[in-house]
Amino acid sequence: MAKLLTGNELLRGDVLWWTGAGWSLTIDAAVAVEDGEALLAREAVSEAVSDLALIDAERMDGRWRPVKVRERIRAYGPTVRDDLAIAGQDWR
Amino acid sequence: MYQYDEIDQALVDARVDEYRDQLSRRLAGALDEDHFKPLRLKNGLYLQLHAYMLRVAIPYGTLSGAQMRMLGHVARKYDRGYGHFTTRQNIQYNWIRLEESADLLASLATVEMHAIQTSGNCIRNISSDQYAGAAADEVDDPRPWAELLRQWSSFHPEFSYLPRKFKICVIGSETDRAAMKLHDIGLQLVRRDGELGFRVFVGGGMGRTPFVAPVIRDFLPTAEFLSYCEAILRVYNRYGRRDNIYKARIKILVHELGAAEFTRQVEAEHAHVKTLGIDAPEAEIERIRGFFAAPAFEVLGEDYPPPAPPVSTSREGGEFELWVARQVAVHKVPGYRIVNISLKPVGQIPGDASAGQMEAIAELAERFSFDEVRVTHAQNLVLPHVKASDLPAVWAKLVEIGLADANLDLASDVIACPGLDYCTLANARSIPVAQRIAALLQPKEAELGELKVKVSGCINGCGHHHAGHIGVLGVDRKGTENYQLLLGGSGAEDTSLAQILGPGFDETGIVNAVGKLTETYLSVRTDGERFLDTYRRVGAAPFKAAVYGEPVYG
Repeated sequence: MAKLLTGNELLRGDVLWWTGAGWSLTIDAAVAVEDGEALLAREAVSEAVSDLALIDAERMDGRWRPVKVRERIRAYGPTVRDDLAIAGQDWR
Repeated sequence: MYQYDEIDQALVDARVDEYRDQLSRRLAGALDEDHFKPLRLKNGLYLQLHAYMLRVAIPYGTLSGAQMRMLGHVARKYDRGYGHFTTRQNIQYNWIRLEESADLLASLATVEMHAIQTSGNCIRNISSDQYAGAAADEVDDPRPWAELLRQWSSFHPEFSYLPRKFKICVIGSETDRAAMKLHDIGLQLVRRDGELGFRVFVGGGMGRTPFVAPVIRDFLPTAEFLSYCEAILRVYNRYGRRDNIYKARIKILVHELGAAEFTRQVEAEHAHVKTLGIDAPEAEIERIRGFFAAPAFEVLGEDYPPPAPPVSTSREGGEFELWVARQVAVHKVPGYRIVNISLKPVGQIPGDASAGQMEAIAELAERFSFDEVRVTHAQNLVLPHVKASDLPAVWAKLVEIGLADANLDLASDVIACPGLDYCTLANARSIPVAQRIAALLQPKEAELGELKVKVSGCINGCGHHHAGHIGVLGVDRKGTENYQLLLGGSGAEDTSLAQILGPGFDETGIVNAVGKLTETYLSVRTDGERFLDTYRRVGAAPFKAAVYGEPVYG
């Protein structure tokens, strides 16, 4: 099971994903992290991203899919407002 | 309505300035998140699943037109065009940008609003009856007392770090439209030998460990109102548990001590506290009462036929007549009506309103309801003082903005918390379940009559599942959503706690199960018997047998 590093951007609260070189708004840009706890501790120092967490995800059809429904909804947006969700992602 | 004096305004303005400074230091890197988080939470700003969420206090659920218009403005300028009215009679915005949050609070302050004490272990927004000042069955208006509590509890230094959050409700009728007995303190205005006083309930609540509050004082003279509340809070602050967050609410203290011993301790504390001179002088009570004087009602006859009881079983007549029958309640003044606005159009999100809808309702309040609108704990809105002859114009506008549904207290009037679609605490989605149940039951809701369905996405119970005739509780089962089914709850004057019926279901399963419950009800009820009363009469057995058999809906 791969681990992805995620958090919320300070100014707007947007969900962010660690890309290996920085942060992205899309989970598709995320990379699996090896030494996640160390990375999390290092990124926490910058204070630019809040609520850092490592989540479980798996590859499916060439894309990342968080294992827990909570993390899928967090990644893809509310399931009840298509206009506010990230297009082309299935939370199910 | 109450209007801020210069002290009220200065307090709120000072808090905005203080927060603006804190925010600027956070953005400049001078404050880290560990230090800033409790400061933003003190101003109602949470970090939720997708973004920051702001909870704005609506004292006792009462708004002016200007305030409602401001809520629409906030939705349009600072959020994504909508807001969510909550079961605490407040409003939440789901997409706030931290960098704009101080400006947002400054905007709210211009219409005497804020987000203070909407988070944390303090006394939260006071809740009340949405029909206050309009209800025909009212002993007295609860709003002056709710306002007095608001002033007493705002920045109360002794009660800013309680063991846990604290919720107080004041009502003025035997009919309970505010789930009063499910609050930490419930206060019911009563008269005894002509004298006005309060029946005092303490230790109610929902959440992980639900309790119906017991009475600890059958008659409290109004002159001792604040000192008695202070005594209750002092006993709680001293003995409420701080070692275990799940046992920290006052309901646990009352339960563990027993109501009699808790009462004894409060009375002993009160004997001391009432000598301290903290009760409001009569002149101050009268000053506050003056803000809630009846508006300039015209002297009218009954120029519109009195509405039928809110739960009509008839679909005869036109849509307007149906809307009047279901959404319009009797007013204490002849010729006036209380209008309930449904925020539960089938297919929509319970409690959500767009900026345009809020602005339109603000205009309705100003034109037709003496500049007042109320928020209900069932996530609907109320225009409290509408002239009967204005009902067609009000209805026409509601049709125009998509809020003319006629389903008050019926099966599609489902309460739902934000659930896992927005909330970090949630274990399961509640909104889609509420939507599917509403869609399933709406076609036969006239036949079903009064049926209160309430859906929570976690054990904290913001969707009031324990008070539902049918309650649904979303839980996490190994990373997937699972829904427990509860029956027999009520948040009304016949308060009771819903009980779990049996094993949980997936999303489709819970919707099917609710469908089977209603089929069973229709098959065993007596004439005119509500769902809740049928359940109380026949017990869980026939419902249990039906639910755990074959599905009646595909």
